[in-house]
Amino acid sequence: MRPSIQLLSPELIGRILREAFELLMNPGVRVGSAVVELLQSAGVNIDGGVARIHEPLVRRCLASAPREFYLYNRQGEKAVHYGGDDVHFDPGSCCVQMLDPETMEARQSETRDLVRIVQVTETLPQFAAQSTAVVCNDAVVSNNAGNYNDAPSAIGDLYRLFVVLQHSDKPVVTGSFSAAGLQGMIDLLAADSGSPDNLRQKPRAVFDVCPSPPLNWSEFGSHNLLDLARAGVPAEIVSMPLAGGTAPVTLAGSVTQHAAEVLAGITLHQLAGPGSPIVWGGAPAIFDMRTGGAPMGAVETAMLNLACAEVGKHLGLPTHGYLVATDSKLVDAQAGAESARSAMLGALAGINMISGAGMLESLACFSVEKLVIDAESIASAQRLARGIEVRGESLATAMFAQTGLSGEFLQLKETRALFRQEQYLPSSVIDRSARGSEPPSDVFTRARTRADELVSKYRKPSLPEDVLRKFQAIVSHEAERAGVAAAPPMN
Amino acid sequence: MCGGSQFCDSPPKYNRRLIGLIPRLISAGGSVSDQLFRAMRQSIIDGAPDMATDLAQQALANGVDPLEAVNQGFAAGIKFAGDQFGCGEMFLPDLLACAEAMKAAIKVLEPEMLKRGSEREALGKVVLGTARGDIHDIGKNLVATILSASGFQIFDLGTSVTPEQFVAKAKEVDADIVGVSALLTTTMAGQKAVIEALDRNGLRPRVKAIIGGAAVTSKWAAEIGADGYSRNAIDALELAKNLMGRVINKGTVQA
Repeated sequence: MRPSIQLLSPELIGRILREAFELLMNPGVRVGSAVVELLQSAGVNIDGGVARIHEPLVRRCLASAPREFYLYNRQGEKAVHYGGDDVHFDPGSCCVQMLDPETMEARQSETRDLVRIVQVTETLPQFAAQSTAVVCNDAVVSNNAGNYNDAPSAIGDLYRLFVVLQHSDKPVVTGSFSAAGLQGMIDLLAADSGSPDNLRQKPRAVFDVCPSPPLNWSEFGSHNLLDLARAGVPAEIVSMPLAGGTAPVTLAGSVTQHAAEVLAGITLHQLAGPGSPIVWGGAPAIFDMRTGGAPMGAVETAMLNLACAEVGKHLGLPTHGYLVATDSKLVDAQAGAESARSAMLGALAGINMISGAGMLESLACFSVEKLVIDAESIASAQRLARGIEVRGESLATAMFAQTGLSGEFLQLKETRALFRQEQYLPSSVIDRSARGSEPPSDVFTRARTRADELVSKYRKPSLPEDVLRKFQAIVSHEAERAGVAAAPPMN
Repeated sequence: MCGGSQFCDSPPKYNRRLIGLIPRLISAGGSVSDQLFRAMRQSIIDGAPDMATDLAQQALANGVDPLEAVNQGFAAGIKFAGDQFGCGEMFLPDLLACAEAMKAAIKVLEPEMLKRGSEREALGKVVLGTARGDIHDIGKNLVATILSASGFQIFDLGTSVTPEQFVAKAKEVDADIVGVSALLTTTMAGQKAVIEALDRNGLRPRVKAIIGGAAVTSKWAAEIGADGYSRNAIDALELAKNLMGRVINKGTVQA
């Protein structure tokens, strides 16, 4: 039996969906101009940029959305299964700051940070996918007038993916910063896969696309949904209501708003590309009534993520959530407690992709050391989700037949054969040793050492020359399009 | 440097085909014995007593010096396993299986070593037991197994051993080391009692006293005047070897 957790009764899920459908009609959903024609041709009434989307249309679009799909690694093997109760983890995305392990201060994230995160993620089996984890603030390029631009504001989204694809074979969870930026990223992935058709057949990446709460599919978001649907590249809707801020204060109310936003997104997406892969995802959180922030480590935030995913599962769709993150600014006990408990909850909920590992400070800062520690929490959560398994004919009697009352279980063949399956064997990050003569080390110190070990174990994939040339041509072309003369430094 | 990842990623497996090749390998000379020793080492690492027995028999049948087979072949496996355990890539059940394979090999080779008068000189004589009132012996048994597989002669007194029993056995076998294990904080006092008894009987400092157990710390070891303590069986092996170094040096100085 796979252990699981449910927060919503079937009746409550029914009510959530009923009210979500009501919200789609009244007050309706604000949509970008890019999708007006598409919605109107499907019989949707749009007035003043607000679409009133009727339930039968949404139901039709839900029916065409795939129940499951896979992400593939560079070798073309299935690596992530979006569907059912399969659980995968990837690092959090799109941080702008990095915790410096030397000074313990947050500083601007740079290309070298992204490379290090990718290297560590690549070597840790707990992570099924990479993410474009941090913005490369150092990737500065000059424009035609000789003025320097930051790549993040010009082609930073493309540049991050460019860096990740060069350093990883794993699937990638990514996203674009603008409507115009998406095509370059799709081109990059198509070059990686060999052709746009190969990319469609065996997608390597999924794109996060975010509505703006409440109930607003902005120009940028709507545009991305359409382009992804037409390219057949998987989209992951990351709706992020803030309970009490940009959404109803009740958890049930926020889950309802989330459902309405995602249902609207799926409708746009499936109208543009029926059957194109789409994920019921999100990063919902409560609104902190002291700071006005979005506390990612709060238990209610985890509850929102679980409940939102439950609604998606009820509809038979692949799911995503944002967990394993913390509000602490340091990799401390708060960080460990918040991240580990949400990892456990997410795994028990059977959420297909759980993003957020490595993230501090309510998603504002990334730490490689935290990523390494989170990997241990994730492994424990994965172990918990496997549950208690029965191995062999008898549970205990066959082993007692060999030991009698001697208590000598450690010597049994069964012990050696099975302990690796029964127990998660933690890395050196987790301290279980007896006290020695040396003073005990803290987990942050051990995580730093472990990160260094993992980086030294990492091997950069060798990309074919022609693929690299295509990558560089795409980056140069996009840089030009964005009004920057030179491509960022090649990595 | 810990070569652990290699073990973890792709556990080396004993090459069965090698057994049939041994006669040819040996008659070919040169690097042959190297290959044979590598296979022996691997049989220990794999924790495969049957393979170890087989290789030991083949070695004897082909005139390989049994002492060399132990020192250059099988014992190298134990050394590797100890290192792997030390860096967290091998685990207690693996270690026990390695020790079992070692025992199996020694059992085959020992009679021939005796016959040749080249029996493996014991690294030292160690009397082991758990402290009075303590019946937890997993840790003590591990130490016994690892030390024994590494060439120490072990006299295991079992569980809940009185200070008098430790002293009597140490005298009887002319022990180099007495090891007292205690899991419970309540039985740790028994470790102190053993050390006091060894002192009273004039056995120390010639006989070294070492302690171990879940609650035992280096501070406790210092407090009761123990000659050493270790956190686990592999560290205990290092400790025992270091202490024997001191015993031997002392002997040399005294001579």
